[in-house]
Amino acid sequence: MSELNANITGGSVADDVSGRYIVREHHPEQGTLLGFWLYLMSDCLIFASLFATYAVQGRSYAGGPTGAELFELPLIALNTAFLLVSSLTFGFAMIAAQAKNLAKTRMWLVVTGILGLAFLCVEIYEFQHLIHMGAGPQRSGFLTAFFALVGTHGLHVTFGIIWLVTLFFQLGKHGLTPENFRRLSCLSLFWHFLDLIWIFVFTFVYLMGVLP
Amino acid sequence: MSDHHNDHGHGHDVYVTHYSTKDYITGFVLAAILTIIPFWLVMGNVLPPDTTRWVVLGFAAVQLIVQMVYFLHLSSKSEGGWNMMALILTVVILVIVMSGSIWVMHHMNTNMMPGMGPTNTHDMT
Repeated sequence: MSELNANITGGSVADDVSGRYIVREHHPEQGTLLGFWLYLMSDCLIFASLFATYAVQGRSYAGGPTGAELFELPLIALNTAFLLVSSLTFGFAMIAAQAKNLAKTRMWLVVTGILGLAFLCVEIYEFQHLIHMGAGPQRSGFLTAFFALVGTHGLHVTFGIIWLVTLFFQLGKHGLTPENFRRLSCLSLFWHFLDLIWIFVFTFVYLMGVLP
Repeated sequence: MSDHHNDHGHGHDVYVTHYSTKDYITGFVLAAILTIIPFWLVMGNVLPPDTTRWVVLGFAAVQLIVQMVYFLHLSSKSEGGWNMMALILTVVILVIVMSGSIWVMHHMNTNMMPGMGPTNTHDMT
């Protein structure tokens, strides 16, 4: 122990104690949220590499259909609306949770989940439609990059919904305990993060893909 | 947790996210406007395509900041500044990955054009 003290501070034991005390004071208290934020940042890098792939491959049509021929912007606008409104309703769930209103929190979680499901349904319909038309991921470099990027985002939404349903039942069983509030805060970050990624998906893939 | 109302205090007070209805409504209205305009620009063919491309990207960048501030409650104070530090590092890596890929692949594609690559020099010798 005395060796450790000497290694850390090189001073007396009293200095060491005060040093540790200060370190503990400056440590962020909500460590989980910071850790989850770091996970989101690493997730961001996964999407960065997928966006880079799309940036490189996005115009490699291999004689196949182009974005302008395939994308139905009204459908994408509808999907964007679903996701944006679900971000708002999740915010309402957080406000209700902060006010310790369990029933309202669960109600807004249900609304958010339904909007997330609606988003997924439209996306699955779009994918099926594309594959049915012969524009599957194996058709061209453009479509491979498209399915990889948009599909990864869709998978994230899927897992977000699974997490949301789990939390809905957890809240029903244990109520708004500090643990559940922490989980809710993490899911809130995750959900808003997905909406953030979607901004770039609809801008970079759909809107810019339709332009000549 | 709910006892921490002061952002600035002596020692014990830690920045705790406060979720407010006003923030979410403001963020939502701004995000909706910043979404509708680019969709309208593209679907209505309002501007020339080259201009539209940059304008649409600009709107996305602004909406990114709006959502980070109003939905993710990001500020230089959250989590003792570590959130912001991690974000800055991510943005740096992101810019390197994106611009690097586009730059390298663009040059590779240009040099792979028929008649410009090794075949050309082969003809000369």
